[in-house]
Amino acid sequence: MTDLHPLWQVLVMAAVIAFTRFLPFLAFPEGRRRPRVITYLGSVLPYAIIGMLVVYCFKGVSVFTYPYGLPELIAAAFVVGMHVWLRNTLVSVFGGVAVYMILVQLVF
Amino acid sequence: MRKKSFKRAFRDSLPIMAGYLALGIGYGVLLQSKGYSFWWAILMSCTMFAGSGQYAGVDFMASGASLLTTAFMTLIINCRHFFYGVSLLDKYRGTGIFKPYLIFGLTDETYSITATVKLEKDISPKHYYFFLTALNHSYWITGCVLGAVLGMFLPFSGEGVDYAMTALFIVIMVEQWLDTKEHLPAILGAVTTLVCLVVFGAQYFIVPALFLIAAEMVIFRKKLDKTTEEAHEHD
Repeated sequence: MTDLHPLWQVLVMAAVIAFTRFLPFLAFPEGRRRPRVITYLGSVLPYAIIGMLVVYCFKGVSVFTYPYGLPELIAAAFVVGMHVWLRNTLVSVFGGVAVYMILVQLVF
Repeated sequence: MRKKSFKRAFRDSLPIMAGYLALGIGYGVLLQSKGYSFWWAILMSCTMFAGSGQYAGVDFMASGASLLTTAFMTLIINCRHFFYGVSLLDKYRGTGIFKPYLIFGLTDETYSITATVKLEKDISPKHYYFFLTALNHSYWITGCVLGAVLGMFLPFSGEGVDYAMTALFIVIMVEQWLDTKEHLPAILGAVTTLVCLVVFGAQYFIVPALFLIAAEMVIFRKKLDKTTEEAHEHD
């Protein structure tokens, strides 16, 4: 008999993830009035959440052991500098990736 | 119009392509190393389409966690999606038959683009959103399957390619920073998350961070709220 438990786990996880994504759209359907605070949150959250996601990406970095998060920080500074200078997303992103890969594979 | 929407979506998806292929391949390799064939990679990346959710999922499967534990942990890891939906209620309004799929495919990366993008007048938003979501989904599935099938035999080191995700979020943050005079939401979002990461640790920080951020936004509503000002004028 094959073990079906992992399959059930995948289905449960897929259902829960879909639930977290659909919930706001079900709670505040189109054409129905919604509380103003929700509309307000919708307008400011994108700014706050991008801040959160940037920090989220650094969650695995250990500041107290070698290389002290230096590759991540140097590459991040490069991305910020490139983007302020040229404001070209592709150049900033792929330039940053190149810098980071060189740092982690060859330097540190 | 559709062609233009596709072109714009494809261009905007390129950074995500790099990140998803890298993360997807890593994921496929992980699945394979735990003894799950590429069918599992296809099944999971098609039905779940969630980076961190899927990575955690492999642990639950390998450790044989109960369905209740699996459901609860998945809820905690993914409850940030709830906040994404709240800020896309208006943008995804009127997207018709695409809407269920757009919501189903609302990952961090897709959200970061659709929540902040400013589209030209000759681009149809719903087609753009659909193409962007579907392209990202296809990169993710491709990466997962590639990793599961031949990940072990990759001839070069891709270490560090996944930095594309970090770089993309930084670019969007810079873009928003240059675009607005009000920096408080961005600062609060980053600082609150950082404090929560230090206090609660890498495993548990995201839920308290989310609720604190939402609470702070409500506290500073008088200062930040531009939507009700306009609404009041119409009252």
